[in-house]
Order: sequence, then C-alpha cells, then structure tokens
Amino acid sequence: MRQLLLFISVIAVGLLFVSRLFYLQIYSSNAHNLFEDNAIRKVYDYPKRGFVYDRNNELLVANQPSYDVMVIPREVEPLDTLEFCSLLKISKERFVKTYDKCRRYSPRLPSVFVSHLSKEDYAVLQEKMRKFRGFYIQKRSLRNYETTIGANVLGDIGEVNNRIIEKDPYYKMGDLIGKQGVEASYEKTLRGVKGIKFIQKDRFNRNIGPYKGGKFDTIPEQGKDITITIDAQLQAYGELLMKNKRGGVIALEPSSGEILAMVAAPSYDPNILVGRERSKNFTKLHNDSIAKPLFNRSLQGVYEPGSPFKLMNALIALQEGVMSPNETVTCYRGYRYGNRVMKCHCNYGTRNNMIGGIQRSCNAYFATTYRKILDKNGSASDGIDVWSKHAKSFGLGQFLNNDLFVGQKGRIPDRAYYKHIYPKTFYSTYTISNAIGQGEVATTPIQLANMVAAIANRGYYYTPHIIKHIEGETLPEQFTKPKHTTIDKRYFEPVIEGMYQVYKKGTAASLQVKDIDICGKTGTVENFVKIDSVKTQLTDHSIFVAFAPKENPKIAIAVFVENGYWGSRFAGRVASLMIEKHIKGYITRTDLEEWLLKHSLEDEYAKPYSGKPFKINGSTTLQIVEEKEYYQLKRELKRINKPKL
Amino acid sequence: MVRETNRHFKFDWITIFLFLLLVGFGWLNILSASHTGSNIDYFDFSQPFGKQLLFIFLTFGLIVILLAIDAKFYERFSSVIYIASMLSLVGLFIFGKNVNGATSWYAIGGMTLQPSEFAKMATALAVAKYVSDLNTNIKLLKDQIKTFTIIIIPAILVLLQNDTGSTLVYASFFFVLYREGLPKYYLNIGISLIIVSVLSLKFGPIITSVTALIFIVGFHFLTKRKLKILQIFVILLMVVAVSFGVKFFYQSILKPHQQDRISLWLNLEKDPSKLEKMKQTFAYNLNESEKAIGSGGLTGRGFMEGTRTTGKFVPEQHTDYIFSTVGEEWGFLGSTFVVVVFVLLLLRILHLAELQKSQFSRVYGYGVASIIFIHFFINIGMVMGLIPTIGIPLPMFSYGGSGLWAFTILIFIFIKLDSNRINEW
Repeated sequence: MRQLLLFISVIAVGLLFVSRLFYLQIYSSNAHNLFEDNAIRKVYDYPKRGFVYDRNNELLVANQPSYDVMVIPREVEPLDTLEFCSLLKISKERFVKTYDKCRRYSPRLPSVFVSHLSKEDYAVLQEKMRKFRGFYIQKRSLRNYETTIGANVLGDIGEVNNRIIEKDPYYKMGDLIGKQGVEASYEKTLRGVKGIKFIQKDRFNRNIGPYKGGKFDTIPEQGKDITITIDAQLQAYGELLMKNKRGGVIALEPSSGEILAMVAAPSYDPNILVGRERSKNFTKLHNDSIAKPLFNRSLQGVYEPGSPFKLMNALIALQEGVMSPNETVTCYRGYRYGNRVMKCHCNYGTRNNMIGGIQRSCNAYFATTYRKILDKNGSASDGIDVWSKHAKSFGLGQFLNNDLFVGQKGRIPDRAYYKHIYPKTFYSTYTISNAIGQGEVATTPIQLANMVAAIANRGYYYTPHIIKHIEGETLPEQFTKPKHTTIDKRYFEPVIEGMYQVYKKGTAASLQVKDIDICGKTGTVENFVKIDSVKTQLTDHSIFVAFAPKENPKIAIAVFVENGYWGSRFAGRVASLMIEKHIKGYITRTDLEEWLLKHSLEDEYAKPYSGKPFKINGSTTLQIVEEKEYYQLKRELKRINKPKL
Repeated sequence: MVRETNRHFKFDWITIFLFLLLVGFGWLNILSASHTGSNIDYFDFSQPFGKQLLFIFLTFGLIVILLAIDAKFYERFSSVIYIASMLSLVGLFIFGKNVNGATSWYAIGGMTLQPSEFAKMATALAVAKYVSDLNTNIKLLKDQIKTFTIIIIPAILVLLQNDTGSTLVYASFFFVLYREGLPKYYLNIGISLIIVSVLSLKFGPIITSVTALIFIVGFHFLTKRKLKILQIFVILLMVVAVSFGVKFFYQSILKPHQQDRISLWLNLEKDPSKLEKMKQTFAYNLNESEKAIGSGGLTGRGFMEGTRTTGKFVPEQHTDYIFSTVGEEWGFLGSTFVVVVFVLLLLRILHLAELQKSQFSRVYGYGVASIIFIHFFINIGMVMGLIPTIGIPLPMFSYGGSGLWAFTILIFIFIKLDSNRINEW
C-alpha cells in the first residue's frame, strides 16, 4: 500500500488542476470582448463633422482645427521653462501647477497641457516644439460658426456627460456631442461614425503594434452635411429687430412647414461656445436666470396666446354651425355675464359680424361665440371637449413631434382638465377667458405660427421642421405629408377676410406694406408675476400673428414680445417687416425698422427686480437706446440688408 | 511485458516521448511569451526563445552522453556527484552572482549556471545510494537521521541563497522514504502539521486547539480505538504548541513579503486598500496570470494570439508563469492536455520504478517522480492561485538552460537505469 501514496497524490493533483482550470476558463470566464480587453488600446479616428447650410446654401457651420499641447510627464527633459511659458502665453506658476496635475494623473499617459491654442500661437510653437521633449501638439476639430446669428437654431457641441456615456456605448469619455439645436437633433447625421484602431499594448501601457495586423480596425464614416430650412438673412434680420427685447419669433413656409426663421431673444453669438472660453461662457449664459439666453422662447416659451386665439374660436363656431359669418353681436364696450363684465375696446353699440369681430378684436363677439360653441348641445362639459378637439387638430396643446431639440406642449383644456377645479357644475361662463385666448389656453410661438399656417393653407398644415435636405437621404414622411384639421376648407374664407381687414382697417392698419396683402391678428395679453409672493401685474405682452400674401401664402409668422404692451406696437412691427423682407427681399417700411431699433424694453424687464414700485402699460414711457448702440445697430442693419451678389 | 532485445529499443520510449512532448510544447509557449514583433528569427540567441532552442539542441547531445555511460557508473559515483554538487552550492557564497535577490548563479563567460537545479538530481542519487545500501534500515532512527542529513544539507544551502522554492523541493523526498518504509507516524504527523498550521493561520490558534480537542474526543468515543488520557493530553499539547508556534513563526520569523503571500492565499487581508496594493505589487503576477488563463476559455485565443501574452502583461511569463501562456492561448483543452501529459509522465516513471529489480534504481526512480511532482504541483498551483506564490519552474516547460539540463539528466539517468534492468543480478 505504501506505493499508492505518491500514485494517488499525482492523480489527485491532476484532477484538482483540471477542475481549477474548468473553473477559471469555462465557469467564470466571460466571452472575450475586444472592447473590454485592457491589453488592447482602442484608438478612435474621428470623422469630419457634417457642415450646416441654410436654405440658400449659405454655409453656417463648418469645422476648424484646434491645437492642444499634450504632455507625457515621464518623457519630459529639463527645458527652458521661461521660453516655453512665453510661447504658450501662460505663467510659470500655471506651468508648474498643470505639470504636477498631469504627472499625478499618470506619468506614462498623455494629458492635455494647454488646450485650444490659436492658429498663430500654434504656428510659432510648432517651429520650436522639438526643443521640448515630452510635449507634443495634438490636433482636434472644433466647430467654426461662419455667422454670429442663430445660436438657438444651430446649437453647440460639447463633451459628453456620464449619463449619455452610460446610455449609449458609442460615446466615450471626451467625445463631443451636440448639446442644443440642430447639433443635438441631427447629432447622428452630423457626427458620422468614428473609426477604431485596436492596438496591442504591453503592461507598461506602451503600444506594441496593431492588433492582428489591424484586422478588426474600421475606417471612420464621414458626417453628412445638412441643409436647414432657415433663411440666414431673415434669421439675422429677425434677431436684429428683436435686440433689446425678449420673446420669440417663428416664421414658417405654410406650403411645406419649413421653418424660415426661429428667433429667440435675447440670443448670443454661437462662437462664444467654442474653444478655450466655452465653459466660462456657458456658465455665464446658464446662470443668467432672468434673461435666460439659453431658453429658446420661440419653442419653449409657453404664453397665453391672447386675441390670435379668437381666430380659432371663429373657425370652431363656423364648423359647429353655431355662428354664421354674417350674424352680428352688439358690443356695449364689453360683455356682461352674471354680474361681471369682460371689457372691450369697441365703441358703444358697435354691431360686429365675424369679419368686424376679428378686425376690431371684439371681446363681446368672441365671448358670445365661445359660449355658443360650448352650449351647443346644452352641456358645456360636452361642448368644451368638442372645442378642445378642434383646437388640438391645429397642433395646439400637444407636442408637434418635429425635429427640434426642445419643445413644450402648451395647454388646450378639456372637461377632464377642469374636473379638479369644477368637480360638479360646469357652465360655459366659468371658462369665458378662453374666448379671448387667455385663462387656461397656452401656446408656444411655434404652435401659434403653425396655427396661422394651417389657416393660410385653409385647413391643413405640415409639421414645422428645420431639416431641408440631408446628403443622400429623403425627408421622413412626417414632414412631407399634410395634416388636416377638423375644420372644413370653406369656413376659412370669412376668418381670412377678417385677418385681411385687420391690416386694411383694423388694429394693424398702421403696419400696411405696399403691394403685399397681409392677413394678421394682434394680441395683447395681460400677465402677472409673483414678486415676493405677491401677484403683480406687468405690462402686457405684445403678440402678433400674420401670413402673406393672402392668396398662395409664402410666410406665416407668430411674434411674441414680452411686456411690449399692445399687439401692433412691437410684435406687429416685427411681423410686418419680416414678411416684407421675406417676400420682397428689401424693406420699404424703414420707419418701422428705425422705431424698433431705437426702442428698448430692457428697463421694462428690470422693473420687477428693482424692488421699487413701478407703473405698467399706459403709464410707462418707452426707453430709447443709447446713440452709440443705435448707430451700431444701424450699421448691422445695413450689413444684413445689403443685397447678396 | 515483452521487452525488445535490440540495444536501441530497450529504452522506455513512452517516457522519452512524453518528455519530448513537454519540451517541444514548452518551447512553443516560450516563443509566444517572449517574441516581440511579427518577424521572428528563431535563431536570435539574444531572445529567450532563441536561447532555449540552443539549450534544447544541446540537450540532445547530453541525452546521448547520458545513455552512453554505463548504468553502474551512476550508482558507483553517486557519492562523488553529491559531494561535488554540494561544493558547487557552497562555492556560490564566494563566486555567486546575484540575480533578483537570489545568489544562485555562476556566471561562466556569457552563460549563467544554476547549481541548485543539479543538486536535486545529485541528492536523489545520494538518497538512492544510501537507502539501497544493505546496511541501511530506514525503520531505524539512526539511519533516518543520516538520510535526513543528506537531504537537509542542500535544502539549507539553497535556503541561505534565498531560493525558497528550491528548498521546498527537498520535502518531496518524503514520498521516497515513505515508499521505502519510513514509519507511518511520519505521514500522520506530517499531514497533521499541515492541517494544524493552515487552520491556525486562518482561524487562529485557539479555535484550532478547540477543534482539535473536539476531534480527538470524538475519535476516542466514536471509534473502537480507545486512547489513554495521557495520549490525548500529549496530542493536544502538541497541537496547541504547533498552532501557537506557527502563529509566532508567521508573525515574527517570516519576512513581510512572505507574510503577504500567505495572507493573500488564506484571504486573511480584509482591508480593501491593502488588497489593492497587494494586487499591484507581488500579487500583480498572480492577478494577471489568472486573468490570462481565464481569458483563454475553452479553446484558447490561438497560438501567438493571446493579447495578454503578446502584451507581456504577466511578468516572468516565459519562466515561472509559462503555464499562463498555455492557459490564454490554448484554452481549457490545451491546459488540460499539459496537465494530463505531466500526470502520464509521472505515472509512467512510478510504474517503471516499481518494476525495478535493484533497490537503487527504484529509490532513484521514486526520487525523480517526487521531484517532478513537487515542481508540477507548486508551479501550476501557484500560477492558478491555489497555493501561495513560490518561485519554482515548471519542469521541461519553463525557460532556462540549467533547469532543462538538470531535468534531462534527472530523467535520463533513470531511463538508463531502467534500460539496464535486464542486466541486473
């Protein structure tokens, strides 16, 4: 038996080893994944990011090289720090601090020493780079904005955050991604697909050579250029007109749903979010919680639409057959219901039919109309649902499902919405403010512009979108197929005629443009803010919607100017000018231009935060911009209006 | 078993075949672990794979010489060989070259020679010679002490040269002596010592002692063999002494790096930051080697395709950690193949040893098997994280001329002795 001890030991050890091998290699082994193998370095080859052109093929966004000075601390040899610092335009302290930081990160791996050198600094430095062992220059691609406008349209790119990296394995730390605007909504198209090289490394993290001769490497797929629907000139013009104001402008082409201009005021120069100063500038924009330059008011600003919403009520009334175009309502300077009065600007005893009601924006007329719609079948609860359904068919109260990065639903109430306020009884008078576009109704400028486009088209609209063309692709059906409203075509003519009369004789008579038949509607909306938890009324918002020409409309526009007082005062002027600019290409109403450039609302915006008591509406005087700024704006205007060759 | 009478075919070709299989496969893995770049010059003698190829060629010459020498020579000159070998170990203290903290090399021209590799073979011969002597009775304490002395001298000499791995090899002679009649209590005491030591280190001396008490009392009442109270008392006293002694030895005698290895092996270290530090220092090899083996999967990544091998993530991969290359590139199937070949070789040698008519040949054969077995067990066990890190090569597989030649001599002396079996008596 003594012979067996070693014999059995040998077999036992053999079995032990095989089971350990089984455990290590079969049981607890994961399938080999090149991406998780830390013996393989993954080097990405970034493709050119696609360019962005406007509808007239004007280049808006391109790329520019940027140069980072990199350092591998272990390879650094004693150098002339003084010369190096002066070349890099940094202080000696900063040199020491950055160098320590890099060395602490890793002595073997490259770190960014100074980022985003200017082309000039790069040229000088490149000559002398060989003197500084361990430092080298790495080229990166940054966005180059060929324009100073459209920051909220174009958006910007920045480094991906961890949330995105976790969600989408395509992105790696340090990759750039579209953060706002079309950069964000067309990120996948613009960025292309990065190529990857697998490189075998050793345990000191040094590259040895391509893994398997580069068998698994991929070449990058270039980003595609895109053409957007924006007319850069119209956009620039709109942004200039909105200087020193806050609000949003959306101009659409009704026959296609293309967004011609999308102005959010205040705006900023997109170039400030490129390069070395990006994070500093971004923080500044982000922290401006009062003017909110990063907040796209034309898409995200939810406002009560005011009088332009009367058009909606007129259409619903016609469709539901509760009003005929010629039926009149007599206005006694307001509308009485119960013991309350909704005031109106009409002369006492004015008899308004539908056209007159729109032309004079008669509150009494639309209060009557609204009540007739809701009370049609004797039940306001059913009536409001019918009313709500019609309004929603114009894209109001819901997301438009377009290709813009941000948006808001707005609000078109129905019975369910009012359930918690009026659980038992519900009469049409409870929500009478909706008749004149106030109360619970709320829309964004783009929704309102889309409503106007649907009116201009006499009953249908195309989902507003910003993409015009992508290299080698066709647009998705959602942008090329018309969406029909629930209002029959024949009911639009009286409403359009009313809008036409607004310009001819009504609330926008002073804004007429020669040779263009514009149909519009003013809006003046009361608004309130809480100051130290006291509800305080501010100067009314100035709102205007319009389309032109009356036949074969080419542009539909919605303008919101915060605290601009009455509709034709600021918003109407902006709308008329942009229509003229788009249709004629030149401006005859230069008086309107000058007025807009000359007047500022900045004081108006500062008032609620001043802590002092203030006056609103009629008791205020308009702020005139300083002469220096005025001339600067004039110069800018001249540049924009210069005809393109 | 019918033996060929032809002189050329009386060698045991199975052993020779298994030996060559290991040498050849070992070289392929050395090539994979040590090559750089895609252009391989197999005869680039500045690279380990080129040098090893040269060593292998020289081995064939060595084999011819070993087989040509008369079998009786090895028995007659075993004492001379042993003494010469011991002197070469002593000489290291004067002429030795220090490599990686161990003074176990002679530098001769551009070559280095490691006498401790050859000392194993010399000791096996000496033990065989002494045990097979007609005047020796291994059951007697006097002869046991003499035998132990033969074994302990080289063990101490290599320990003094900081070569812990080689020292442990001499423990393998226990298998030889046990086979030849060493009393059974050596085995019992040996196994008990190991169990008590490990338990004491892992759970502390007190828990170990209490467990031992329960065990002994249970043994007393549950089996027919009744122990005397004095016996129980003595055994328990020894357990307590050993378990506290081991603890003391671990804490006070062992060097910090040795303590770390044991504490990692027994999972004694619970502080994650210290564990992380271990993984980056001495446990780095183990960590990387386990990762390399694990990444092999069933069939491996393919010859010269292992990313961790190509990237040289496992330090010393062509020497002590060569098995991790097998694991990564040849997978479970290839690794199992290597284990099976070793097991077959060992079983074949043991089988042949039992067939020997002369006691000298049998004891020597047992010595050969025991030495190879302990290398196999410690090396692969260490590479796979089953036992603490101990630097010891994998026979026939690891890079190194001294090792390869020493094992060649060890095995082929036995093949020669075996071939001479018929001429005995």
